[in-house]
Amino acid sequence: MKPILLIDFGSTYTKVTAVDIENEKLLGTASSFTTIFTDINEGLNNAVSILEKTTGKLDFTERYACSSAAGGLRMMVSGLVPELTAEAAKQASLGAGAKIIKVYSFELNEDDLEEIKSVNPDIFLLVGGTDGGNSECIIHNAKMIAQIDSDFPVIIAGNRNAVHQCEKILAGRRVEVCENVMPKFGMLNIEPTQKKIRDIFLERIIQAKGLTSVSSLISGIMMPTPSAVMKAMQLLAEGTETEKGIGDLVAVDVGGATTDIYSIADGMPEHANTVYKGLPEPYVKRTVEGDIGMRYSIHGIVDAVGIKRISALSGLTEQRAQEMIDYLGKHTDVVPTDDEFEALDYALASSAIETAVTRHAGAMEEAYTMMGLTYVQSGKDLTRVNKLVVTGGSLIHTKRTAEIASHGLYNPAQPKSLKPKSAQILVDRKYILAAMGLLSEYYPDSALRIMKKELIADGNPEQTYIG
Amino acid sequence: MSKKVLVIGVIGADVHAVGNQILYHAFTDAGFEVVNLGVMVSQEEYIAAAIESKADAIVISSLYGQGELDCRGMREKCDEAGLKGIPLLVGGNIVIGKQPFDEVEKRFKAMGFDRAFPPGTPPETTIEALREILGNDDDENENKEKNKEENKEKNKEENK
Repeated sequence: MKPILLIDFGSTYTKVTAVDIENEKLLGTASSFTTIFTDINEGLNNAVSILEKTTGKLDFTERYACSSAAGGLRMMVSGLVPELTAEAAKQASLGAGAKIIKVYSFELNEDDLEEIKSVNPDIFLLVGGTDGGNSECIIHNAKMIAQIDSDFPVIIAGNRNAVHQCEKILAGRRVEVCENVMPKFGMLNIEPTQKKIRDIFLERIIQAKGLTSVSSLISGIMMPTPSAVMKAMQLLAEGTETEKGIGDLVAVDVGGATTDIYSIADGMPEHANTVYKGLPEPYVKRTVEGDIGMRYSIHGIVDAVGIKRISALSGLTEQRAQEMIDYLGKHTDVVPTDDEFEALDYALASSAIETAVTRHAGAMEEAYTMMGLTYVQSGKDLTRVNKLVVTGGSLIHTKRTAEIASHGLYNPAQPKSLKPKSAQILVDRKYILAAMGLLSEYYPDSALRIMKKELIADGNPEQTYIG
Repeated sequence: MSKKVLVIGVIGADVHAVGNQILYHAFTDAGFEVVNLGVMVSQEEYIAAAIESKADAIVISSLYGQGELDCRGMREKCDEAGLKGIPLLVGGNIVIGKQPFDEVEKRFKAMGFDRAFPPGTPPETTIEALREILGNDDDENENKEKNKEENKEKNKEENK
């Protein structure tokens, strides 16, 4: 046996996963409260001792960690046009596992400066203009940011003709220059920026967040947690040279505060009579719905779907549902213990998935032209994706997983939204996705085989939408 | 000197793609930097593309007769978006039926278009018009300061 320890320092819980790499076996998982304010090792040691109660004493040969503790990787970004460079900057940051506090477009004003000052982000991403295009906006914004008396690093990834001027304006603070996130109109180039974000995370953010005291036995905190999940999903979809992947997929992580959606699929139009509009989207795409979560953002779910829908899905009266929602919004640590709460959580989780996947997926509109019926697609067409991976407490601790998950599928009553038509639901019952993303850095084949074993299918193999 | 940037596309619910491709190649061959938005382009898309790419002119095509409706308000939106004075050109079958073109042209000019071209206009005519509109005085005023910094960059790059 050759045990490896994989650690996820979360904002609330430190989660540990042990695998035996020799036999490609999951040994166990455990969690304990994160202790960021005292010594982060305390929470880690607690989690490991809970783990070892079931596995017995383990002699770990390697230890890897990811982190979303202390607020995660908090970023602010500014671009020019909201749907173009500002969107590209958002895509770049989300794909690097960041938590986006705010996206600015056009020129920053004094109020924005106050906001940036008070947020004091971990990284600011400054973009705008295609190469050779608009340079006034990014230069103006660089000048504004230069007035802020704080040392957060700035990544410049805008119009290359303006980059050096911006660098000069921002002299005195940590500035990194990257290729433009949108070098030509409509062309997305986010990988260089993502790499830079990750470098800064490793060098700087970990220190700033007091995570350096982590036991020297750990080979280091390698990435933000969402990046680890994203890596795991990409590996699961694509496979390795020796082990086949399961193909295109959509993954859903419904949390207490946010709901994250990942899609690994090209999603471009299939038919010649479809016109694509808007910025092309990345093959590996992540979106975060900050207003959709089971507890801290419980009211956001209600705002999105309406209390009528929650009432219909749960079978509770509107009044009772609202009472319970108000209670849960204040008591965020309550887990469902009776039928009533279970019914409510079912309705909430279903609505969270439905809302978040709809926002993530593209849309198709019909347009009647002189040449006949034409389709206009914006965003990713995920209708042909047939695997849906689900994780998060509300999905893995319930018997109705497939039913809840089906709300992330294509709804015939809303044919414009391009969600998967039918899919096999794969459940991350033991909460191992982030750990497998970490493991995949060194043992991709093993990580893939463990995921294939541990992600359990639920519902029928071609699950469709249940209203 | 840097290339002039054109934003082109077919406006409205119009899917005529062939002429759009021909114009794209003709303009590119003529030395323009062309941002081609393809077919079924909304006014907002032209404007967004023109802002990001700091376009020197917008060239709108319309082949299906609804161009007059589709183009209405374009100049006002450009003004609103900070593209004050950007040259707007339009061409194709821009109105329904056979109407005397000088009247059609008058209407489009009243809508704020700098040029309107009748059906069957060869690309060369449009290119000539663009050269005339974008000519040299424009370079001297606007580009002098803008290019100072850019040219320095470019030279650096090229010397590498």
